[in-house]
Amino acid sequence: MAVEERDPHSGFMTTGHEWSGIKELNTPVPRAVYFFLIATFVFSLGYWLLMPTWPTGASFTKGLLGADDRKSIARSLEQAEQARAWSKKIESADFAAIQADPALMTIVRQSGRTLFGDNCAVCHGIDAKGSKGFPDLTAASTLWGGTPEALMETIRVGINSGHGESRSAQMLAFGRDGMIPRADVENVTAFVQSLSAAPGSIDKARVEAGKAIYAVNCAACHGDEGKGNAELGAPDLTDKAWIYGGDTQSIFNSVWHGRQGQMPAWENRLSPVDRKILALYLADLRKPRP
Amino acid sequence: MISQLTIPERRLALTILVALALGGLLLTIAGQGDPIGVHGLMFLIAGAGGAFLVIAGYLAPEPGPERLQHYYDEPTKFGIIMAMIWAVIGLFVGDWVAWLLVYPELTFDAGWASFGRIRPIHTTGVIFGFGGNALIATSFYVVQRTSRARLPDQLSPWFVLLGYNLFCLIAVSGYMMGITQSKEYAEPEWYADIWLVIVWVTYFILYVRTLARRKEPHIYVSNWYYMAFILVVAILHIVNNLAMPISLGQAKSYSAFSGVQDAMTQWWYGHNAVAFFLTAGFLGMMYYYLPKRADRPIYSYRMSIISFWGITFFYMWAGSHHLHYTALPQWVQSLGVTFSVMLLVPSWASAGNALLTLNGAWDRVRDDATLRFMMVAAVFYGLSTFEGSFMAIRQVNALSHYTDWTVGHVHAGALGWVAMITFGAIYATVPWLWKRKAMYSAGLVEVHFWLALAGTVIYVFSMWNSGIIQGLMWRTYNESGTLAYSFLDSLVAMRPYYIARAIGGLLFLIGALVGCYNIWMTIRAAHLHDPAADSSVPVPAPALQPGE
Repeated sequence: MAVEERDPHSGFMTTGHEWSGIKELNTPVPRAVYFFLIATFVFSLGYWLLMPTWPTGASFTKGLLGADDRKSIARSLEQAEQARAWSKKIESADFAAIQADPALMTIVRQSGRTLFGDNCAVCHGIDAKGSKGFPDLTAASTLWGGTPEALMETIRVGINSGHGESRSAQMLAFGRDGMIPRADVENVTAFVQSLSAAPGSIDKARVEAGKAIYAVNCAACHGDEGKGNAELGAPDLTDKAWIYGGDTQSIFNSVWHGRQGQMPAWENRLSPVDRKILALYLADLRKPRP
Repeated sequence: MISQLTIPERRLALTILVALALGGLLLTIAGQGDPIGVHGLMFLIAGAGGAFLVIAGYLAPEPGPERLQHYYDEPTKFGIIMAMIWAVIGLFVGDWVAWLLVYPELTFDAGWASFGRIRPIHTTGVIFGFGGNALIATSFYVVQRTSRARLPDQLSPWFVLLGYNLFCLIAVSGYMMGITQSKEYAEPEWYADIWLVIVWVTYFILYVRTLARRKEPHIYVSNWYYMAFILVVAILHIVNNLAMPISLGQAKSYSAFSGVQDAMTQWWYGHNAVAFFLTAGFLGMMYYYLPKRADRPIYSYRMSIISFWGITFFYMWAGSHHLHYTALPQWVQSLGVTFSVMLLVPSWASAGNALLTLNGAWDRVRDDATLRFMMVAAVFYGLSTFEGSFMAIRQVNALSHYTDWTVGHVHAGALGWVAMITFGAIYATVPWLWKRKAMYSAGLVEVHFWLALAGTVIYVFSMWNSGIIQGLMWRTYNESGTLAYSFLDSLVAMRPYYIARAIGGLLFLIGALVGCYNIWMTIRAAHLHDPAADSSVPVPAPALQPGE
């Protein structure tokens, strides 16, 4: 037997049941609830009429608006293609012509930055300044050449990448493999360091001793002056840009253990236009700015 | 614990544990060289260890028939303690993951500590470890009192709780070894899933048996929700985990579904796990503890009915909104949109019913942090269900999908609603269970409340900001028609929000630790003042008359 009672606070009756001291009011459902139930149902009804919604066995109701995700994505792709009509121009024009065209170069800077950020920045950094083990692409000298042509080729085939035409280079492990004794490694380290260091800051005797070692072992790739050779991917040793560090210990390590850095080939991952934009973007980045 | 079992129950327990140990031994042998072998060993240790405990206590005197005059609350006590332990584990790992996104080196170069492995430890720890234990524990408490019936036996509640925690342990340790089905919130592999089915079906039967013994003519609202939670989670779990293992000695299995069907099944599961695990179960909790603590009648019985059936019916259709703009056919997506929109009405009706119940008790909300936990939970429930329906609309989803906005939304629900209502319920129930007048320190409940609220708000706001910025950056084009930002740019932009998020999570974790201390001190006080407190359980009204 249910015993309804009036709740003194709200004035409503209870349902008369009680569970562990909990009672329930028999309050009618507020009108707003019915209103919104009906409103959302009417909205849904409209949506069902206009949009593809209900399955009908093998097919589904198409909706009065004829909305179709497949068609709309095709349309979007078409529009995107049109918006990038300039890509034809970049594809066909040569580097010099593009570089002379300010409108095209604006596009190169905009698209190139995003392309670089999504594909290259993981190693070279968003500002292309690299970090230890990853070259600074804005530095004056490059391993394989800084012209747009050379850059585009490096991007295409990579370095020590496994690509059939990959650029390949190796700094030999002169110390570890016993090609020159430890003392000579130390001397040549001093010589190499002296090439970019302030005059007189490195022990003269060592530099002198290292010079001869250098001429015999290193000059073939890095050149008599230490200016490097882009044909061989040998870095310039006279500037301040160091991939693996320019302090004594780092240079010693490079000579002792050798180096063989890698960069992946992008031929199968980026379209020719995208690679061209990246090459132009980097060449532009490398231009000295006032 | 063993002394509370009757002799036939001890015998049955021994049989089950020996079977478990044998099953574990089988897996250990078959799974040599595979991570499943480690789990076999864990089953073996659990079974054998349990069997030894039962044997050790086998000859203890049987509980007398006077036990039937009491509610059986020992399992609830255990469940609440486990819930708090899992809360600390889950929240700690969660905050670790949050800091990991700021400082990637926090994996310490260990495979098991990589993002992909510790993130599911966090989600499983908080959802299943913390939430699940709290739900099971409170459901035992609530169903007995609202039915005026004791649990039908002493063994099955222990089997459910211990078995469930074993499942959680298997799940979490598996992630560290790289075992996963790669299904979000359903990561554990086939053998763990089978174990959970056994546990869960026992839970269901136990619940129905208790309800069948009730001395009230009607089933209280809380029990509808708990029942929906138990029943639907069983269905979801079984269907989504249908899979074929490579062999009995290998952890890896292949799903019965493939491609877009697999995705749809997974998100039918995923969304309804939110609906029936994280919503229905906790609504059951709210419908008991909120009116009890506020000492007010439920605002509207009718609204409870409308919301219950609305929620159970509409939620089932809404899962496809997790797959907008994917290979899922467009009609499935747009059908999901409409049901997600309609779902808002019963959700808000539930939140409204809770808040209107507090009319006449707002002074208590002001003074009592425990009740305030529950009030804020209802508010966050309303907020996050609105947000959910909003984000289910395809055009909104185009911006929000795959961004931190989703993460923020989930945490508005998980921290603001689920955890807050649970803490409220635990603070209400701990003194009742351990026969104390109140918690050890009302001040510390207050401290926990403000830490939890501040943590949640910081978390949710930072993820809203981060998510919307991310979403906009990913879709912004420059005049050349290319995307204006690289993914890396968006990562850089998110960093400050990630720091804020991790700080918010840290506050929430500290709050939980304060809660643990407070609960520990309450229990300790109970034992200090009354050595018999452990075995004394509340006596129901002596004259058990049917409700009316």
